[in-house]
Amino acid sequence: MLTRRDTLAIGLGASAVAMLPVAAAATPVDDAIAAYTGGAAIAEGGVTITAPEIAENGNTVPITIEAPGAVEIMLIATGNPTPNVGKFTFGPGSGAPMIATRMRLGRTQDVLAIAKMEDGSFASTSVEVKVTIGGCGG
Amino acid sequence: MQHLKPAKTLALASACVAALWSGAALADPDLSADLMIDGELHIVTQAPADDIVPNLPARYSGWLFRDPATRDMQADDFENPAMLAVDSGAELWETADGTAGQSCQDCHDDAEESMAGVRARMPHVNADGELWSMENYVNNCRTERMGAEAWRWSGGEMTSMTAFISMQSRGMPVAVQIDGPAAPYWEQGRDMYYTRYGQLELSCSSCHEESTGMMIRADHLSQGQISGFPTYRLKNAGIVSIHNRFRGCIRDTRAETFAEGSEEFRALELYVASRGMGLDVEGVSVRP
Amino acid sequence: MTEVRPRIRLPRSASAGDSIVVKTLINHDMESGQRRNSAGETIPRQIINRFTCEFNGVMVLDAALEPAISANPYMEFEAVVPESGDFVFTWYDDNGEVYTATETFEVS
Repeated sequence: MLTRRDTLAIGLGASAVAMLPVAAAATPVDDAIAAYTGGAAIAEGGVTITAPEIAENGNTVPITIEAPGAVEIMLIATGNPTPNVGKFTFGPGSGAPMIATRMRLGRTQDVLAIAKMEDGSFASTSVEVKVTIGGCGG
Repeated sequence: MQHLKPAKTLALASACVAALWSGAALADPDLSADLMIDGELHIVTQAPADDIVPNLPARYSGWLFRDPATRDMQADDFENPAMLAVDSGAELWETADGTAGQSCQDCHDDAEESMAGVRARMPHVNADGELWSMENYVNNCRTERMGAEAWRWSGGEMTSMTAFISMQSRGMPVAVQIDGPAAPYWEQGRDMYYTRYGQLELSCSSCHEESTGMMIRADHLSQGQISGFPTYRLKNAGIVSIHNRFRGCIRDTRAETFAEGSEEFRALELYVASRGMGLDVEGVSVRP
Repeated sequence: MTEVRPRIRLPRSASAGDSIVVKTLINHDMESGQRRNSAGETIPRQIINRFTCEFNGVMVLDAALEPAISANPYMEFEAVVPESGDFVFTWYDDNGEVYTATETFEVS
């Protein structure tokens, strides 16, 4: 069984492969990450995601992201048909680099938050959110 | 589920019914949870059983069966998305409509006073001896007094209005009349509750009485209380009426359902409401 | 539910220079463009694609939103209030409409 860390490693491995000259087709997630970072390296950690381990309904999943030192947070749902969820830019009037919102998850998947730091570097964390199929049409 | 072939779907459904009877994992309710709205208003979510619910250990609100994230959303009036509908209902309340140029407020004044306790008593037998749900009373005002068109039972205007009116009873115990002129309706509702419907041959009782606390696939089977209705369902991202939920339940048994607003559903509403007597009206709850 | 109606919550009080929690909610279907109607036709996408919050003209948060944001979008974030003034919240709809709400906040 894959652990969360393994899954992330595989994801990163896949994006490394995608950058080789004779690349296999990049996934939409790889594309979304590359479009955001421009292919720059991403440090692991430094971002905290708070989300339910098991979402009662994938249509409305509460999530909070905090990234000390970040100027922007990119939120990606790796298992959605369109992975991007939102890009949150903190202005000079921001009190803390945090955002809480509610999102749609099509199935059980890893949710990835990439933070852009003040120095232009990137850091990321991902968590798995299980999405259940309810018993009564849920 | 749409991509599954019918045969496979049916097999899955049967498997889940089988799992029910084998009495798989016991899930909830979480009896240590306490519903306090905005840290101020306490809502009763547990009440003792009595002769109306001889097969239940106690009455439990559906809130106790939800996970902490969903419970928290209801405990804060800002985070509760149903309040969007309550706001909308408040505006409809004071907006004149129809040929008489009247609003609800013109007759009923301040809803906080005039509508207090109304939700707790619904459905109710009217002056003509007919059992009416809140939606019937609202539409009667619209067509008979305001000269306005009736709203659809589960349309946006009606669910906003019932959400707004229900808020005025929040924190009051459910107290429907079940004797006197209401008695025959209540008995009709009770008979329906124990009638098996559909290809899956399930009654309300099969799931919400015999199997409460167990899982049906990945979902928690509550007692099917309606004290929290109308409710904001995360699945629909909108307000769901009592009759709309009844329809969904009966459809899920693979039966032809009754219509929203039908005599059958009004009778069932009365019986199910009585199963929640002593629980507080939650005004507008949040459910998955 | 056709009329768009923002809800905003700010704390009751704060001192000058404090960071305060701001919560916003707006009724909107956030139609993803992935659903089909009963006739099998794709329902066109119509979402709030951008949300901004400014305090006294200073940007607090600028969010680019995608269809994966749930219906009735909820946003919670923090803002610094160096002095009393006005919060301006703006939601941009795919259909070109812009919804604005203003809240005055007094620091103590």
